[in-house]
Amino acid sequence: MEQIRDEAAPLKTKELTVSMGPQHPATHGVLRLVLDLDGETVVKCTPYVGYLHRGVEKLAENRTYLSALPLSDRLDYISSMANNVGYVVAVERLFGIEPPERAKFIRTIVSEMTRISSHIIWVATHALDIGAMTVFLYSFREREWLLDLFEMLCGARLTVSYPRIGGVRNDVSQEFLDSLYKFTEEFPKRIEEYETLIDQNRIWLKRTKGIGVISAEEAINWGLTGPMLRGSGIPYDVRKFEPYDAYDKVEFEVPVGKNGDVYDRYRCRMLELRQSNSIIKQCIEKLPPGPIMAPDAPKFTLPPKDRVMKDMESLIHHFVLITKGPLTAPKGEIYSAVEVPKGELGFYFVSDGTGKPYRMRLRAPSFVHASVLPRLCEGSLVADVIANIGTIDIVLGECDR
Amino acid sequence: MSFFETIFAPGAVDIMLNIGIILIKIAVVVGIVMAHVAYATYFERKVIGHMQVRLGPMRVGFHGLLQPIADFTKLFFKEDIIPANADKPIFYVAPVISLLAALSSLAVIPFFEGFVVANLNIGILFILAMSSLGAYGIVMSGWASNSKYSFLGGLRSSAQVISYEVAMGLSLVGVMIMAGSMNLTDIVKAQEAYPLKAFIFPQFLGFFVFIVAAFAETNRTPFDLPEAESELVAGYFVEYSGMRFALFYAAEYIGMIIMACLASICFLGGWNGPFEIPYVPFAWLLIKVYFFIFLYYWVRATVPRYRYDQLMGLGWKVLIPLALLNITITGLIKILV
Repeated sequence: MEQIRDEAAPLKTKELTVSMGPQHPATHGVLRLVLDLDGETVVKCTPYVGYLHRGVEKLAENRTYLSALPLSDRLDYISSMANNVGYVVAVERLFGIEPPERAKFIRTIVSEMTRISSHIIWVATHALDIGAMTVFLYSFREREWLLDLFEMLCGARLTVSYPRIGGVRNDVSQEFLDSLYKFTEEFPKRIEEYETLIDQNRIWLKRTKGIGVISAEEAINWGLTGPMLRGSGIPYDVRKFEPYDAYDKVEFEVPVGKNGDVYDRYRCRMLELRQSNSIIKQCIEKLPPGPIMAPDAPKFTLPPKDRVMKDMESLIHHFVLITKGPLTAPKGEIYSAVEVPKGELGFYFVSDGTGKPYRMRLRAPSFVHASVLPRLCEGSLVADVIANIGTIDIVLGECDR
Repeated sequence: MSFFETIFAPGAVDIMLNIGIILIKIAVVVGIVMAHVAYATYFERKVIGHMQVRLGPMRVGFHGLLQPIADFTKLFFKEDIIPANADKPIFYVAPVISLLAALSSLAVIPFFEGFVVANLNIGILFILAMSSLGAYGIVMSGWASNSKYSFLGGLRSSAQVISYEVAMGLSLVGVMIMAGSMNLTDIVKAQEAYPLKAFIFPQFLGFFVFIVAAFAETNRTPFDLPEAESELVAGYFVEYSGMRFALFYAAEYIGMIIMACLASICFLGGWNGPFEIPYVPFAWLLIKVYFFIFLYYWVRATVPRYRYDQLMGLGWKVLIPLALLNITITGLIKILV
């Protein structure tokens, strides 16, 4: 009898453990997800991060405030300009430097250009993950245009290091402004082009609506920011709540979603593209003349090269700034956040009065968003995992730092 | 008395001649289809490239025209890697099954009047059976690779083929009822009495179901779940390399050509067209097949991929009821008229 009962026991099934990543076409870099699958359903999802850890925070402690700036390029390498702006805004707030108006407007322009280029790369890869290939290449056409503009502005396309503490490195040329203005005229039509391909597509709607739903309350509790939070209906945007640069002088809306699913976040980002475009346009129109470097910060910013060659005072400043950093840095600490395309990028600095930061800590939105992946993926299908990785818009350079 | 008759028994010459003719026919068909497969890959890349504001292959030959030859040479000379834990005999045989199943379907396709390798009176059934057999190759490769991604791809494929095979078979029943035959040559001849010499107008519902099912059957976008690149990397053939990988690709493209032929023959009137094209009896079939192949590319460049459960839902809840409705209507009209 015992034996018979044993045979009648229900068939035991075991979950299939699949390691998705770090080398996988849809994990946007080196994210690794360990998925326990029951058939096609995800039972458990565990993200592993750190494959791209370079110790950016520690590296910054051994560099002067000036030479730590390029480290921020390498955080979220597809929106390096916004990271640079975040870095310089934090250091300026720590030192109490006020950049001139023109520099503020230029920094707003380049931040929004970065937002556009980052969001179109996002829509490209997100659509590619879900299977719509053509959007990918349409988007790269516009991204190429923006990168060419960056190249025209500062000579670099990806790791720009263009903003400086107290201003920007060089002034914008009229040619650049004209070309950028042409872009802002043209770009809304291009957005419509992407949308015709996916916005009304039934398969796209089926793949994105009701997937990866996160409520407003949960989104706040998980610490989500940026489009991840706004997709759930919370109109939180650092640009509105704590304006930096010229954001208080331009008009823009903060688009929000309603349902907090993949589709709403997609809509949010598409609307943000239009808002960013209009911000760039306003900034070009309002761009004031004047200097591009703060005049009250000679001990924080490098003096112009021709002065260094002729003027003793400038030569000394240059020498000290390069070798020791800004020695007049006030003691104290500061947390300063900016709105990068992924969400809220926070810099926390502790200054001990030397030319190097005692501690630099980053609040990287990608890292916070990666932590919400299990919550989004568990209970859904394998294909939804891909949609969810896409929707959090993760860049591992920023996540692993 | 000829030379052969002195050697062989009487009657043997006829048989040998027949066999010879069939062998030549097979060689011609396989040769032409293989050339089409090679250039179908080229045109796919070219067509999709131009749809996506880029150029596609440009380097090998004029506008990349020699690209398929370069690809073939590369794949042929690549190392044939077999994973250490693979089930070797099955791993070896899986791509061959896929390819053979695809190739043998070609036997019953009439390219023009009187030119068919084997004029079977169950032509449609034979093609359906062979395309189901092709799925064995996929399932076996997924299983034998002993890799989790291939395994998932194989599972998806078997589920997909089972669901869509039904819809495809049912969608063709309307054609069978109207033609009163399963022989593909007879089906083409039966269409000559209809407008534009095609079944597409009375059988538009069946045509729609068939086209959707054909996309699923050949694992093309938006139903390319078994090889979903962004989910399963490459699905069932992720562990294959070199020539065996090429065999899977060839099988996929032959499958596409067969489904295009079947759609042209069953719904668009095969080699018949609105007017005669002199000297080229297969011209109309070729045009129709090219159109369907272009449609495959066009769809691939346009739509995203379905999710597994949505794919199943579409198959069972939409396509099969539609196909059944089509059969009912066709049957009623057949009885009443």
